[in-house]
Amino acid sequence: MFNILRNSLRAGVVTTSYPSTPPEVSSRARGRPEIDWANWQDARPAAASCPTGAIVHEDRDGRRTAHLDLAKCLFCGLCAEADPAIRMTNICECAAAIRTDLVTSVSYALKPDGTHERMDSAPAAPGSIAATPGQPASIEALAKVIQARAAKVLGRSLHIREVDAGSCNGCEVEIVGLGGPVYDLERFGIHFVASPRHADMLLVTGPVTRNMELALKKTYDAMPAPRLVVAVGACGCSGGLFGRNYATCGAVDAVLPVDVYIPGCPPNPFALLHGILLAVDRLPRRS
Amino acid sequence: MNVLPELQPAFADARKVFNGRLTAIEVPRPDEVYFHAPIELVAGFCAHLHRKWDARLVSVFADDARTDAGAFHLYYVYAIDSARGFFIQRASVSPDRPEFPSLTDAVHGVNWQEREIQDLFGLRLLGHPNARRCALHDDWPEVYPLRKDFALRTVLPAFQGVRHKFREVEGEGVFQVPVGPVHAGIIEPGHFLFSVAGEPVLYLQLRLFYTHKGTEKLFESLPIGHGVRLAESISGDSAFAHATAFCHAIERAAGLDAPPRGRALRTICLELERLYNHLSDIGAICTDVAFVTANMHALRLKERVLRVNEQLTGSRQLRGQACIGGVRCDFDAGQLDVLRQLIASLEPECDALMELILESSGTRDRLETTGWLRPEVAHDLGVVGLAGRASGFDHDLRRDFPHAFYDQVKFTVPVRTEGDVLARLMVRRDEIYQSFAIILQVLAQLPAGPVQTRIDTIPPDRTALGYVEGWRGEIFHWVRTAPGNRLARCKIKDPSLQNWPALSEAILGNIVPDFPVVNKSFNLSYSGTDR
Ligand code: SF4
Repeated sequence: MFNILRNSLRAGVVTTSYPSTPPEVSSRARGRPEIDWANWQDARPAAASCPTGAIVHEDRDGRRTAHLDLAKCLFCGLCAEADPAIRMTNICECAAAIRTDLVTSVSYALKPDGTHERMDSAPAAPGSIAATPGQPASIEALAKVIQARAAKVLGRSLHIREVDAGSCNGCEVEIVGLGGPVYDLERFGIHFVASPRHADMLLVTGPVTRNMELALKKTYDAMPAPRLVVAVGACGCSGGLFGRNYATCGAVDAVLPVDVYIPGCPPNPFALLHGILLAVDRLPRRS
Repeated sequence: MNVLPELQPAFADARKVFNGRLTAIEVPRPDEVYFHAPIELVAGFCAHLHRKWDARLVSVFADDARTDAGAFHLYYVYAIDSARGFFIQRASVSPDRPEFPSLTDAVHGVNWQEREIQDLFGLRLLGHPNARRCALHDDWPEVYPLRKDFALRTVLPAFQGVRHKFREVEGEGVFQVPVGPVHAGIIEPGHFLFSVAGEPVLYLQLRLFYTHKGTEKLFESLPIGHGVRLAESISGDSAFAHATAFCHAIERAAGLDAPPRGRALRTICLELERLYNHLSDIGAICTDVAFVTANMHALRLKERVLRVNEQLTGSRQLRGQACIGGVRCDFDAGQLDVLRQLIASLEPECDALMELILESSGTRDRLETTGWLRPEVAHDLGVVGLAGRASGFDHDLRRDFPHAFYDQVKFTVPVRTEGDVLARLMVRRDEIYQSFAIILQVLAQLPAGPVQTRIDTIPPDRTALGYVEGWRGEIFHWVRTAPGNRLARCKIKDPSLQNWPALSEAILGNIVPDFPVVNKSFNLSYSGTDR
């Protein structure tokens, strides 16, 4: 007993102050890739090096439209190795409530040699990087209203049921850590619960395998309303490397309505916290 | 190619004993010998190698070679640990008679592997004691996804009909407790059906493959370079080990090796992966017997390792670090210092954590004699990795088949014979200290030079076996290459597939409330099993 106390005192407080402070990620951490859209010359090397098709381009009638889809991105950095116009940032707060907000699309004039140049009146990129949510200041404010909001809407704190719908367990390695002393979800009044009947939020990982589809639906059906679904990781958001194949449904939103998407392979704990807090803000307000 | 000197006696013996019945012998690498033999010889070959050379049947799989060779090929991979080599028997199965004899009665460990071949290739099992479906659940239509004429993106019709049926267990006072696939904790999906009489478990049936996501099929559609990323998603907690085993197979196929510094950094990363998982499991085992404080400390320490992983490789789980020919990121002097500081600070922390756990008599009481896997059973089932070593089955590829940089460092392989949850915890503890020692030795003799051998083209039509001792146990990747830097087949063998039957044995006689801790003490990968 004495030893338990001594160890705890020696360890001190290790809990992060996120989201009051920015995520504590290393400067070397690979977060989302950033494309220098204005000066980008050629989409082909990056598209060829991307394992998931997060970077693709369509060439038609002298025009090229290039897309970067963060929902598919593994943050692997292969595109940045192949193309100097792309750099890996360490930005991990990428969650979005609308799937298309994770996609940036930019059109170019296609040149005969296969490279491209910026069109004069290039359309603004929807959900372009500057517009992506996740500035620490707003998240901090958000966190402050969470408990009040959750209490008002749900009459109690937020309960999460996690379902692995076919992940590789990489996401679970990080989700388990949320309950640990460093990330400590409980400080927001958020708990993981054992039964969907006690849950307000379903946190789903994996490309939803054929063998898990029914179990996932049943779990969702067992939840009382109002309920939230958060798709976690490249697989949960878009099917990731697996996509839709004979054994998978291809993404959580192919099976359930999704409220928030948290990209990453896997998302780090800050990205998870960010996405969960963002989702709570989406809880319907009870009049 | 000459056979490895250590392997010569076994090689000469096999040639003599099976003289005239082998159709061909290939030695693509000194430690990897292929014997082409008719399917009728499978049982005899297996029995002989096992009795005479103590060979272990580590992987059984099929390959649809109908277009190139007009037949399905079955492969039986034997590890001859004492001779540091692999014998691989290849047998052809004609498409006109798509069936093969089962070895399960003699070698229990191949039960699921054989049934998986039946499910995914449509080759009928003969003489299997329980030849029901396994990889494809009973609600799947008649499809054989790993045949070449089955398209990866096939959309299968929604299912109508019977779902999986379990064996009935009857008797006075016997009832059944179904659990899963969605569990109470944050774990992977699987279904467990307990048959109990009062509290003790009489029988446990497992239903897995809930996370089957077509991984092996997917490998056949990707350029090999992208396959490395896919290998990282076979079992996320072993991302680096799986990806490195995959790269090892490709390097062997190409006849090239990672440079010394690349091999050294691989070893460091493998040990970092072992460290964070062992810490995590030690904590989780404590949680399952309600000693949550210990888990909080363990999670704190695990987080430190993950953050150092991020500083070293850009990824907390070492993703993106593996690559064909070595590793992607070199570590500079500052990063190496970070690693040294991690080891220096973790050692006393681990001492304190283990003291906390071991002096808690309530915790010890729950762990001792719980989930007993008897050494004979571990041996019979061929249980690998730390679970095997906690039951006296002493195999470790790091020592027996030194890969990466393991031949340059000194370490011991902790082995226990108690076989209970505590023994599996203690093996983890002992391995943590060995990992510290290994990392420090690698750092002390870190070679200079590049970390990666460039391999631009991989020759087609080669077969190669790659392997790595992951933190859970031995991982094998077998590949057959195709033109254009692609694969015709990638067979993945995660140690979990081998070890699941051990859980059913270890739980017998225990009470259902102890199942979580017994399960956690093995901590097998569902995704690694199901793929
Ligand atoms: S980081 Fe990797 S997955 Fe993401 S866009 Fe670049 S290459 Fe594709």
